[in-house]
Amino acid sequence: MQSTNAVNQANYLEYRGRFKGLFGWIFSTDHKRIGLLYLYSMAVMFSVGVLLGLAMKLELLAPGKTIMDAQDYNATFTVHGVIMIFMVVVPGLPAVFGNFLLPIMIGAKDVAFPKLNLLSWWFYVAGVFLVLAALLFGPGTPDTGWTFYAPYSFKTGTNMLPAIFGAFILGFSSILTGLNFLVTIHRMRCPGLKWSKLSLFVWTLYGTAWIQLLATPVVGITLVLVALERLFGVGIFDPALGGDPILYQHLFWIYSHPAVYIMILPAMGAISEIIPTFSQKHIFGYKAIIASTMAIAFVGYLVWGHHMFTAGMSGTAQYYFSLLTFLVAIPSAIKVFNWISTMYKGSINIQTPFYWAISFIFVFMIGGLSGLVLGALAANIYVHDTAFVVGHFHYIVFGGTGFAFFAAIHYWFPKIFGRMYDKAWANIGWIVFTIGFLTLYSPMFYLGMMGMPRRYYDYLEEFHGGNILSTFGSWILATGFIIIIVNLVRSARRGEKAEMNPWKGKTLEWTVPSPPPVENFDEIPEIAEDDGPYNY
Amino acid sequence: MSDEKTHIVPYRVYAFVLVALVVLTFLSIAITGYDLGKYTVAGALIFAVVKSFLVLTYFMHLKYDKPYIKIMVGFVFAILVVTIVVTFLDYLYR
Repeated sequence: MQSTNAVNQANYLEYRGRFKGLFGWIFSTDHKRIGLLYLYSMAVMFSVGVLLGLAMKLELLAPGKTIMDAQDYNATFTVHGVIMIFMVVVPGLPAVFGNFLLPIMIGAKDVAFPKLNLLSWWFYVAGVFLVLAALLFGPGTPDTGWTFYAPYSFKTGTNMLPAIFGAFILGFSSILTGLNFLVTIHRMRCPGLKWSKLSLFVWTLYGTAWIQLLATPVVGITLVLVALERLFGVGIFDPALGGDPILYQHLFWIYSHPAVYIMILPAMGAISEIIPTFSQKHIFGYKAIIASTMAIAFVGYLVWGHHMFTAGMSGTAQYYFSLLTFLVAIPSAIKVFNWISTMYKGSINIQTPFYWAISFIFVFMIGGLSGLVLGALAANIYVHDTAFVVGHFHYIVFGGTGFAFFAAIHYWFPKIFGRMYDKAWANIGWIVFTIGFLTLYSPMFYLGMMGMPRRYYDYLEEFHGGNILSTFGSWILATGFIIIIVNLVRSARRGEKAEMNPWKGKTLEWTVPSPPPVENFDEIPEIAEDDGPYNY
Repeated sequence: MSDEKTHIVPYRVYAFVLVALVVLTFLSIAITGYDLGKYTVAGALIFAVVKSFLVLTYFMHLKYDKPYIKIMVGFVFAILVVTIVVTFLDYLYR
């Protein structure tokens, strides 16, 4: 017992186990270290994705060739998409904050399968290297777009197989994480922690884990089929061999639309933690938020066809997918209503995470409402494959998941690193980033409505003004991003020591020291009957 | 974990299931020799479903598990069925 107590006195950052230095991290099965491994890996990949995005916007600064030709532009948006989707937003909040916080939030010492958890990160790294190999070596960088659409994906002369295989491996990482979280939530909750007392972030991780487990294998198999088609010409998707390219689109979106909810549900969970804490008030409609989370997870699984309205689907399927797409808006709107109602008459403490959270609601609503334009069959035909779609997508995925990620990192930073960031610089970073975001993506709605197609390196003169504004926005956004990163990196090393509960939160992670001890708790906590995650 | 009851399945049951799986595999190969027209895929799927059922029920111990595990597995199958039905809203009405 003596040695156990001694171990628990060391926090997870200082703990020296069997290995030292880098090996002490990459072979660690501690869920907190694995969370940080994901954070660092994803930060690197996100930075690469941002640079590629900036390059695209620079190309679009003026009509005609600016810095790259058409083929390079095709490769750039493909790589940008593959990195941002498969390596950043899909692992996203669950891989970083889920890993770090889930066991603490349910009063456990670790996840159910710590070694499997580490294996998930290793799969992630292997997938990243495979995809990067596809970019740097072989006959040419993939140019299909991140969707790998058939039949082009098995006809193009570019280096597709390693990219496809890399995405396949990344899928395994996601499946294993989902499985781990499901078992952990079912089996490892501390005594007294009923389902009705779980924090909302845990609930959203639960919904997400189900989607990861059920949807990811579909894309895995689909990518294998593309590889078989490419290698042996088996004729599943190739119309020349009796195959159906629209079948590829069905299979791809059966995963990739739920993947949007893999990205956004944990983001909503983080926002559902931040708003009550900074309003110092019980979350409004706890059960409604849980029900809407599960409803989004379920209905979101069945709306994939709205990506295919112009692909040649049957009219019956179009009606069905359009109707269900509109239905998904309802649980999303319930959440927004609950967040705003939580703030109503609360003791609002305006801090950086709260700024990020309310700007999340703002951009997410614009993204969501523009999604209804795309979900309507007639309007979809008009704006399909235009810059409007790019604007909507980035408002949802970057504005939703990205803003929530920054909200979450500013909220849980003192817990993770045991230090507080410079709040003034954090606020400056937020405002610059937000202005940059709005300037970058808002013109895309206008450009799309005016008819500017997406995925072209060139455009007509009439779209020049909007593109200049958008490119200018990308520079502002990058400036904001640099301010945020520099502030956080500097503060992780030299920031003021953070107290255990700087925001006066009520969930379990605020009851352990900052940074947490290796095994989180000296004794597994017990939740009393009248305790709850938002009892202010 | 130690306070949970475990169910010990006799080897005889596993042997029966194994034999059934092998027989069904041969049957699923044999049926390809007959021209069933549009029911060819349905035939193959029926054998696959029965084999999956046996594996899940006995080898994966679903028969002896708690009800909530059965509900979860049933839910997953329901999702699979709904996904296939929705996909066929396209193919049947195209």
